[in-house]
Amino acid sequence: MPSGSIHVLRPGLLTTVQDLGRWGYQAIGVPVAGPMDWFSHRLANLAVGNGDTAATLEVTLIGPDLVFDVAATIAICGAEFEIAVDGRQIAMNAAVHVPAGARVVFGRRRRGARAYLAVAGGVLTPPVLGSRATHLVSGMGGHQGRALVAGDRLPIAPPTREVPVTRASGLMLPAAGRARVRLLPGPQIEWFDPSAVAALTSVSFRISPRSNRMGYRLEGPPLARATHREPVSEPLAMGVIQVPSAGEPILLMADRQTAGGYPKIAVVISADLPIAAQLAPGDFVEFTIVSRQEAAAALIARERALLRIAARGQHQP
Amino acid sequence: MTIRPVGDTMLLVEWAHAIDPVVNQKVIALAARLRARLEAAVRDIVPGYCSLGVHFDPLRTDLAGLERAIREEAAQVSGEETTVSGAMHEIPVRYGGPHGPDLPAVAEWARCSPAEVIERHVARVYRVYMLGFIPGFAYLGVVDPAIAAPRRQVPRERVPAGSVGIAGGQTGIYPIASPGGWQLIGRTDVTLFDPSRATPSLLAPGDLVRFVPV
Repeated sequence: MPSGSIHVLRPGLLTTVQDLGRWGYQAIGVPVAGPMDWFSHRLANLAVGNGDTAATLEVTLIGPDLVFDVAATIAICGAEFEIAVDGRQIAMNAAVHVPAGARVVFGRRRRGARAYLAVAGGVLTPPVLGSRATHLVSGMGGHQGRALVAGDRLPIAPPTREVPVTRASGLMLPAAGRARVRLLPGPQIEWFDPSAVAALTSVSFRISPRSNRMGYRLEGPPLARATHREPVSEPLAMGVIQVPSAGEPILLMADRQTAGGYPKIAVVISADLPIAAQLAPGDFVEFTIVSRQEAAAALIARERALLRIAARGQHQP
Repeated sequence: MTIRPVGDTMLLVEWAHAIDPVVNQKVIALAARLRARLEAAVRDIVPGYCSLGVHFDPLRTDLAGLERAIREEAAQVSGEETTVSGAMHEIPVRYGGPHGPDLPAVAEWARCSPAEVIERHVARVYRVYMLGFIPGFAYLGVVDPAIAAPRRQVPRERVPAGSVGIAGGQTGIYPIASPGGWQLIGRTDVTLFDPSRATPSLLAPGDLVRFVPV
């Protein structure tokens, strides 16, 4: 049962409620949504002793100004912001106890694009089709199916147990607006001219201002196709890089549609989706194609980092 | 049939690369079989026109085992299953006027009267090939080639909920107000999608749809 709430004084640029996504309904056209950076979302939950299913707040580029009307334990992971609780700076990637009436203000952003605020017990907006994730285009889930606005009150749970104040190591954020992201070959890579594959892995692509939670448009040389065939619309996954006929690639992110009909040249590995999620419009990304073994090893390394935090949360007296 | 990975979180099972009711029925039959066998083991099973996506958690999935299960179930998809159809839905539609602002344009493209466009649109029983784009949006086919006008060159920023449109060989109904580029010929009051219902989407892959003018 909710025992308190978070009062939104200022919403920031785009703050949404997210959990791990609305899985199981893509057959009827319902997009998955969920966090752009799954690693930082889970890390924030683990730092406050939550399970994997708890909802967090995803903060984008400009953070919110919030008041907690009950005492709470929070953690903020992902993009590096200056964060003040009642005027005192707090650390990121760590559980922090805040008293009833505390004001949590996101200040200057130093690195990365998206931060996740977890509260012990989770954000308890009503689930829709089994998930609290906000999907903006269809207006589903989260708080009334939309990004937060000033005046919103979000129900939160009473903390279930004392959470030890531990510090986690966060994601290595892209420095100086540049990141390297690893790819696996896409299901239609052979539909592209060899020059297109060469360009994809040798040129820096700029994240277009016309990018959002659905996908990033990547500005660079047009990626030419070797065939005029158009694929029949087929199911999609997060991280797919699809290329419409004009040749400008689109990297599909959390709010992607369930299916689409453009050829897919490559797919970002799961371990590097959090890195892609931390790129902002105007930042640059460089791609390399790796083996399935490297993709698997990178994902296991990420998971190990999370397991270490989970274990610490349980064993500390 | 081929099975190909899409990144490290999805397998794409694909038959002939075509929009074909027999192929589509195989996809739907395999999706039902995989749901019965694997539902708890995978994240999502998503049928398309002629392919099926199986989304999985790479850290909790034996990929070779998953592929084997898909191949075993695909081999079991029988001729009988491929002739089974889903539910039949009759959708009442107000054609033309403010409900179907593109009806004159489709008639012009087809070089016939608006009345003939309506006649040809209601004459067929359509198959739900797949859902996508927005929750509850069903891709219905196949439209009579005589009225299969292409998408509008400039999409609308807001298409009202219930709008019935044509885009080439496809027809469909917008479940909620959204941007859209299909040629709008009518509108229905039927609620296509409601997440609070036990069955949120009125239409499911494999169902049949007939439009009834009102």
